[in-house]
Amino acid sequence: MTREESSGVRDIAVVAFAQTDVLRTTDDVSEVEMLMPVLHSVLDRTGLKTADIGFTCSGSSDYLAGRAFSFTLALDGVGAWPPVSESHVEMDGAWALYEAWTKLLTGDADTALVYSYGKSSPGSLRDVLTRQLDPYYVAPLWPDSVALAALQAQALIDAGATDENALAAIGARSRQDATANSHAQSRGPVPQGDYVVRPLRTGDCPPIGDAAAAVILAAGERARQLCERPAWIRGIDHRIEAHALGVRDLTDSPSARLAAEKAGAFERPVDTAELHAPFSAQEVVLRTALKLGDDVRVNPSGGALAANPMMAAGLIRIGEAAARIHRGESDRALAHATSGPCLQQNLVAVLEGEPR
Amino acid sequence: MPEVLKAPLVVEFPFTRSLGPVQGAFLTGLREQVVLGVKTSDGRTLVPPVEYDPVTADEIHDMVEVAPTGTVTTWAWNPAPRRGQPLATPFAWALVRLDGADTALLHALDAPGPDAVRTGMRVRIRWAAERAGAITDIACFEPYDGDPGRPARTSGQPGGERVTGIVAPARLDYTYSPGRAQSAYIAALSTRRTVGERCPSCRKVYVPPRGACPTCGVPTAEQVEVGPRGTVTTFCIVNIKAKNLDIEVPYVYAHIALDGADLALHGRIGGIPYDQVRMGLRVEPVWTQGARYPDHYRPTGEPDADYDVYKELL
Ligand SMILES: [Zn+2]
Repeated sequence: MTREESSGVRDIAVVAFAQTDVLRTTDDVSEVEMLMPVLHSVLDRTGLKTADIGFTCSGSSDYLAGRAFSFTLALDGVGAWPPVSESHVEMDGAWALYEAWTKLLTGDADTALVYSYGKSSPGSLRDVLTRQLDPYYVAPLWPDSVALAALQAQALIDAGATDENALAAIGARSRQDATANSHAQSRGPVPQGDYVVRPLRTGDCPPIGDAAAAVILAAGERARQLCERPAWIRGIDHRIEAHALGVRDLTDSPSARLAAEKAGAFERPVDTAELHAPFSAQEVVLRTALKLGDDVRVNPSGGALAANPMMAAGLIRIGEAAARIHRGESDRALAHATSGPCLQQNLVAVLEGEPR
Repeated sequence: MPEVLKAPLVVEFPFTRSLGPVQGAFLTGLREQVVLGVKTSDGRTLVPPVEYDPVTADEIHDMVEVAPTGTVTTWAWNPAPRRGQPLATPFAWALVRLDGADTALLHALDAPGPDAVRTGMRVRIRWAAERAGAITDIACFEPYDGDPGRPARTSGQPGGERVTGIVAPARLDYTYSPGRAQSAYIAALSTRRTVGERCPSCRKVYVPPRGACPTCGVPTAEQVEVGPRGTVTTFCIVNIKAKNLDIEVPYVYAHIALDGADLALHGRIGGIPYDQVRMGLRVEPVWTQGARYPDHYRPTGEPDADYDVYKELL
């Protein structure tokens, strides 16, 4: 939904963003211990205290930890006394941000804290993610996340949309850009490596890592007080496609395109795009679906091929896009998050800074 | 800093799910070596079948048989099969559009190597020797260069008792680590000491510590030994015997504020008839040989604590 469609409602902006370093293992800290420095960091940037926050929303998945309701323990890091208004999505934090944005739109709150985290290190991520698949026809076969992405990559190659060299270049460019991002896990030259599941090689796949991220949203004048150059959310939308892979055209992402259209992404060009494309071939799909020209700076942070902490990587895309606006490096940015196999679910946000 | 603890954690469950008329018919068909699709209102045949049209969301239920042969629409070579996958030797994942279907089914394709697989190649179903009404009744696909296969029967539903549910076993292996604060707590328990952490802001002592003050939202680090004695702040009487638990019912389960702690932990009360347990009762832990935590708490014989002393800890 774009601001134009909901005219008369308040403007809402990302006013602060913080993230941890993304690490392969973080077994010396619990989830709340990993999360807390990020919460403090994002609050410090605005001068807000927990008690000042109107709404709190988080994203995570119990399957990563292997423990039911693991997210409730993370609330200790928020300081949930006196009681706070709080919600949780069993998804990437980008969707928690969407919920917080709607909460602010209602006028019930002026500020929101959104955080998400994922520790993939306790389990075997490729196996864990099979449990999000259709339990009748697909999950009993245990097709892992790389295998499903590889089916999509081969479909693209067969369609003539890319080839293995072009895919390798996407990974190389991502990790080269990540050298400027101290939080990224996989930076600089990385061997393209052997096939993990052909046609995808090591270099086409995201590193597996643990991390947490947080953003603060604020409405109207409150945003201007808290941030010199707020990243105004001009539109945000998310769409989903059929879960059965054999029903979908894997070379396209109609849900990403529709979300972008509804978010107003096509009304004016963007200068930056932070895409959540965990596998190299998915960037090919998204660039086309989101109509991104060669003049758009794609994933200056390095993107998900340099760091892909489950449940946080999508929120980090929004945070990175917003931070570029805060710093004056972008005026209009697109941020994208995905969830599910082969880009099944897609969220698109359009962020803008005021003219300088 | 003490060593951070780690332990294997296995999450294992039989995922039991009931089937509707469409999925039930499909899986019943597989058991009988018959592949059924479902017709959409615009005349397409979906295999595997679903109960609602993915485009229009209309309820659909007209089953139609398709052939056990088909065409690969995309594939991916899997050089290192993982636990639970259909084949133990390297194989291709493939989306296969069966002859007569308009959508593709995901499964394994048994082929000698990636050079033997291409999009557009012809394949056929290899049936599992023993079939139970599950997607795994298809053992895999295999290369096939003959004519399109014919449906095994011309019309109608497969015979035999209808499959109404599946049990899909799931097992995930984790290595659990409780992090710094809880590791320190567990390590102290091994020497029969109970150690909490004090919040630097509100000065409350949390037991067990989780590394954060839930009131202030700040990290806690200062370790404080508490107990061993404590006060029952509230309790309940358990009347149902838990499976695999060798405790006679009724028994009392209580919140116990250990001396020096600002948060009550919970434990079983023993050494006193269940109906004589009361708020304010003073208790101490009872350890059994080799145990890593107190088996239960028993009365110390001290006078009961004043309500005012523990009312903040309820
Ligand atoms: Zn405190």
